Amino acid sequence: MIAFWIILTGALVAITCGLLGCFLVLRKMSMVGDAISHAVLPGIVIAFLLSGSRDTLPMLLGAGATGLLVTFLIEYFHRRANLQTDAAIGVTFTFLFAVGIILISAFTGQVDLDQDCVLYGEIAYVPIDLWVTSEGTVLGPRSVYILASVLLIVVLFIRFGYKELKLTSFDPAFASALGISTALWHYLLMAAVSLATVSSFESVGAILVIAFLIGPPAIAYLISDDLKRMLAITVGLGIVISFVGYWMAYWLNASIAGSMAVVTGICFASVFTYQQIRKKRLARASEATG
Amino acid sequence: MQQLIDFLTLADPNVRYVVWGNVLLSASAAMVGAFIVLQKKALIGDAVSHAVLPGICAAFLFSGTKNTALMLMGAFISGWLALIAIDYITSRSKIKKDAAIGLVLSVFFGAGMVMMTFIQQSGNAAQSGLDHFIFGRAATLIGSDLMIFSILAIVLLLAVGLFFKAFALVAFDRAFAEALGYPVRKLDLLLTSLTVLAVVTGITSVGVVLMAAMLVTPAAAARYWTDNLKHMVAISVAFGVFAGLTGAFISYTAPSMPTGPWMVVVSSAVAFLSFFFAPKKGIVPRWYNQRKNQRIIAEENTLKMFYHLGEQDNRFDDGRTLADLVKTREVNENVLKAALRRLVANGLLYDREKQWALTKTGYLRAARVVRLHRLWELYLTQYMDIASDHVHDDAETIEHIITPELERELEHQLGYPDRDPHDTKIPKLQTNGHKENR
Repeated sequence: MIAFWIILTGALVAITCGLLGCFLVLRKMSMVGDAISHAVLPGIVIAFLLSGSRDTLPMLLGAGATGLLVTFLIEYFHRRANLQTDAAIGVTFTFLFAVGIILISAFTGQVDLDQDCVLYGEIAYVPIDLWVTSEGTVLGPRSVYILASVLLIVVLFIRFGYKELKLTSFDPAFASALGISTALWHYLLMAAVSLATVSSFESVGAILVIAFLIGPPAIAYLISDDLKRMLAITVGLGIVISFVGYWMAYWLNASIAGSMAVVTGICFASVFTYQQIRKKRLARASEATG
Repeated sequence: MQQLIDFLTLADPNVRYVVWGNVLLSASAAMVGAFIVLQKKALIGDAVSHAVLPGICAAFLFSGTKNTALMLMGAFISGWLALIAIDYITSRSKIKKDAAIGLVLSVFFGAGMVMMTFIQQSGNAAQSGLDHFIFGRAATLIGSDLMIFSILAIVLLLAVGLFFKAFALVAFDRAFAEALGYPVRKLDLLLTSLTVLAVVTGITSVGVVLMAAMLVTPAAAARYWTDNLKHMVAISVAFGVFAGLTGAFISYTAPSMPTGPWMVVVSSAVAFLSFFFAPKKGIVPRWYNQRKNQRIIAEENTLKMFYHLGEQDNRFDDGRTLADLVKTREVNENVLKAALRRLVANGLLYDREKQWALTKTGYLRAARVVRLHRLWELYLTQYMDIASDHVHDDAETIEHIITPELERELEHQLGYPDRDPHDTKIPKLQTNGHKENR
């Protein structure tokens, strides 16, 4: 049962992040996901200090606020100060992450937070934090419900904003000609990424969030050019990766989040190598015939 | 105060190690960072600094001790492999650089996490403090670490010094460098290796996550103060050293404070100040300049209204009401009122009880703007073959920009004309000024 809950959590995170990650990868904005997942740290610490508890809602709000703040700062420095995007990302998220670590060190006694857990996550503890109703019925781990509702929001967002997201990703000029605000959809997507990142990383950690945001969409992008197929492949990969990753961690008795990230890497490497070999074979075949 | 003196005199050998260690690592990182930022590879630093983790863990698993030199070697190898992987993925598939960086970063770090759990389960007592490599702890620097740092810093300094010209050329004009026969690919590889080396130098004291900042942030800030590459490298190094010293000082006065994050916060503060206030390129000076230009344009447009009204009834000295002025040109009334106030204050207009009139200098300014407008219209029709009813908008912009030298050149090229394409008179200023148009 524990295995089931952990794999389910992993799969939910993988699907939520992967669906949004497809758009990030297509918009060449993958590293914004990296920035958000690091930048939520100070938000969590501040929320914790203000509310004095590890309740989910204040954490989500605090983390969501800093997640949006970092995207805003990146855009602001890029637009207003003509700072190149890569430098804008590099400067802002490291700053917020450093602030987070300083806050943790400054309030060590009061903060029941560990900087390690932000990076590594505690997916192994997911089944412990159960949701029990007042009648005493055990409904399963709390984070599964949170992640499931976030997934629902993300699916609805993509379902109803599909046309706009697709157009602003592939042809922003055409999109604005049609009267679709590229800035609005940029920030909506960023808000969705923040939400997904924030709700995911408490259980899986910043690194696995990045792996799930970028890994499955990148593999899907290697396989297909069609956005709908990319999204479908990403969902499938997310489930497979969290399944295999869990069993690898179980077998090696190692970090679950780390194993899932490694499995993502292995998947990418296999697809990539297969394509390289096929390309070479095709080249040789065409040489032989021509 | 006493603390500051103690700190600056470096009396305590521990302080000495930490200070010199920090200065060396932040200076070398900032120096290499300047080229990375110019090549728009800022996020590479992020990738390397995460990707060194499996190398550190592997070195520890292999040797069973926390040997700094060995672990730095492991870190160098895995950081380098990560960069090669990113390069390979982007050149051989349609995956873009950003996705490749993110993928490699998270997979390498994940592999490091897996190895870390192995180490934790191994029960090896030496493992304690290994996580300092992730978040950094400058206070644990010892003499032998400093030796390694100095060697690495000198290697970096020499390499950048020797290849300065080549790196500069590749950073600014890659195609040109290729055409000149520079081995661009090899130079890329060299810069990559130097980047990894700089990151590796910093991880024991700043930690892997934040080392990316020490690479990129001082360089990004320095970019705002100069266009000269040598100056940029020098400023970047200065910012880096300042951040390193301040970080060391803060964790000296408050030992519970981590050095690395404070170094990053200080250098980010320097960067944010630069983004906002650096002369010419900062947000505030640019905003101020824009505002100044907008004011000048509004003033000149207002003066033109007086001139156009004067042309209609041939009375350039007459007072005009707000209603008169608004009729000549579509204008926001508040902008107009503000411009009128400024013009009166600068002595270009007389204020006569709800009426305004040109002073002598005001008339000259107005005539000059109209003259530039018409000269430009004529130039466009004669030299660019643009129809005379299409030239107005362009002239409306350029009239505020043309310098006296350009004005003379235009006049010369057009053969000192009297009339513009709409057959209205081009005002002349040199002859007898105010009365000439009567």
